[in-house]
Amino acid sequence: MAEALLIAVLLTSVPLILAATGELVAEKSGVLNLGVEGMMLMGAVAGFGVASLTGSAYLGIIGGGLAGMLISMVFAIFVLGLATNQVATGLALTIFGTGLSGLIGAPLVGQAIDGLPQLIIPWVSDLYIIGVFFQLDIMAYLSVLLVGLTAYVLNYTQFGLVLRSVGINHDSAHALGYPVLRVRFMAVLFGGFMAGLGGAYLPLVLTPHWSEGMTSGRGWIALALVVFASWRPWRVAAGAVLFGGVTIMQLVGQARGWAIPSQFLSMLPYFATIIVLVLISRGGRIQFGAPAHLGKNFLITR
Amino acid sequence: MNRSILMLLIAVVALGGIYYYNSSTETEDASADAPLKVGFVYLTNPGDHGWTYAHEVGREQLQAHFGDRIVTSYVENIPEGPDATRVIRELVAEGNQVIFTTSFGYMEQTLKVAGEYPDVKFDHITGYKRSENMATGNIRFYEGRYVQGVVAGLTTESNQIGYLAAFPIPEVIQGINAFARGLRSVNKDATIKVVWVNSWYDPVKEADAAKVLIAEGADVLAQHTDSPAMLQTAEKAGAKGFGQSSDMHKFAPNAQLFSSVNNWGPYYISQVEKVLDGTWSTGEGPDHWAGNTWKGIGDNFLVLSEFKNMPDDVAAAAKAARDGIANGSLNIFEGPMMDNKGNSVLAAGDTLDDGGLWAMDYYVEGVEGNIPN
Repeated sequence: MAEALLIAVLLTSVPLILAATGELVAEKSGVLNLGVEGMMLMGAVAGFGVASLTGSAYLGIIGGGLAGMLISMVFAIFVLGLATNQVATGLALTIFGTGLSGLIGAPLVGQAIDGLPQLIIPWVSDLYIIGVFFQLDIMAYLSVLLVGLTAYVLNYTQFGLVLRSVGINHDSAHALGYPVLRVRFMAVLFGGFMAGLGGAYLPLVLTPHWSEGMTSGRGWIALALVVFASWRPWRVAAGAVLFGGVTIMQLVGQARGWAIPSQFLSMLPYFATIIVLVLISRGGRIQFGAPAHLGKNFLITR
Repeated sequence: MNRSILMLLIAVVALGGIYYYNSSTETEDASADAPLKVGFVYLTNPGDHGWTYAHEVGREQLQAHFGDRIVTSYVENIPEGPDATRVIRELVAEGNQVIFTTSFGYMEQTLKVAGEYPDVKFDHITGYKRSENMATGNIRFYEGRYVQGVVAGLTTESNQIGYLAAFPIPEVIQGINAFARGLRSVNKDATIKVVWVNSWYDPVKEADAAKVLIAEGADVLAQHTDSPAMLQTAEKAGAKGFGQSSDMHKFAPNAQLFSSVNNWGPYYISQVEKVLDGTWSTGEGPDHWAGNTWKGIGDNFLVLSEFKNMPDDVAAAAKAARDGIANGSLNIFEGPMMDNKGNSVLAAGDTLDDGGLWAMDYYVEGVEGNIPN
């Protein structure tokens, strides 16, 4: 029973891990993309559509990622190429992605697919409790791998250093000869790819059907998670599991008749995020790792 | 310079639009034989399952019934907020003489626009406020849930039923209690665990709640939320469940026992018929009770889909309950009835009237826990 609940926690946190890790990279490069919800929906509809047309859920993963990346390119062209306001463009991306996914997905409503199979890793999956970590699907394993890769690239490679420096001060980075816009473009595209994967996880694993707006706000939770995790990849993963855990716990609490109101538990992750935001805005000694030029547009001036 | 030209263009286009719009409404008024225009406001895209889909099926039946005597149209994805007022007004402006607003959350907005346009007839679905030109249509959804309870009670082996509920409003409480009455009529040991997902539609959360209920021992699930996610989860886990609003069999071919299908067609047809022959009325008095239609299985407003994935004797019991409700021989809320704290709610022989149904603020025997406030 505990194992079934733990699996539910892990599965419900996978889309958040993927989308939040992508957003983290974009934000580290200094671009705030509020369009995560829209990109996730595009990933969801494309993932489902490809899986439904080709009959292969594995191709659906790729389709989802690419769709998220494509629509993030629109955002990148506006924000980086035309230096439009990042907040407004990001919100527009969410509205655009929601509408476009609904339009594309209209003929897909009501279809059912098989979804990704469980990939049970022999032997280790028999272990008590720990075993559940080896009874997941390919995207869940992949999400952990991608978090590790992101953490490694950001912290231990030259490219990661350049990316972070672009986010901290684009003028200095530019003066040093780093291609600010190109780095940001790649970061935004990576964010779109990851959000697309996160979105595709919904129809491919969690609920094997497509319906309009099926992410129901998970893109916004992913955005909050990045702040909650103070821009550190492993903390994003931990935060996502914590969030998933609280979601499942409040449902368990209701089923078991606990005295705590379910709304209180549902509120906790958001509450924690607000506290982190307040602490950041106060500044001071605690370092949270917010990129200094987050949300600021870079204009090449001579 | 460029910008001012652009502004000018926008102004020209906008004025042209207003002119066109005015001229089109004038032609509407000119011809007396023009078909009656009937507009619908939908909460979501109709898709092919769930609440709005059931309304769309009803609209198609309505259109087919009257043919070219009426023209129907709908607007979809209208949130239950202040913006609905604007959308309803637009439907009036387009010349619709009958407007159906198909979700509880449109009640105040419909009432407001109804006050502004006394010549247009408004029909609000599932609400309780009415006026001279605003009627209410509703289905006795809870009747289907009693039959679900009967089937659940005969199907469960763990005697644990999981129930996904959206919001603690009277309609949902009625449903839970009717389900419990059906459950306890055949199985005194079974209990219902209710989980509130605080949303009508959140597939991932509905799936999570279903997983939790199954992990907690439930083997039959019921839902008062809109997506097929619960049934898909039940299908995967080998549990059973009931669909919502429309037949969801194809999402869960082995798990769906049956679905209570909302059949709005007969209501829409009868209301438009009354408009066409001039007998449409919501009656007298402040509450306009004559404008209230609330019917169920007996009047074909609620249809139960084919009973599947159950042995013949269970299907027979379900049919007996369904027919008993339809012909009035079975009263779901008839005493003795106890609440789940052991207090008597109805003495033997007493029955609950409609007012009592809407005032339910307790769970009956068989439901675990308390209603959240």
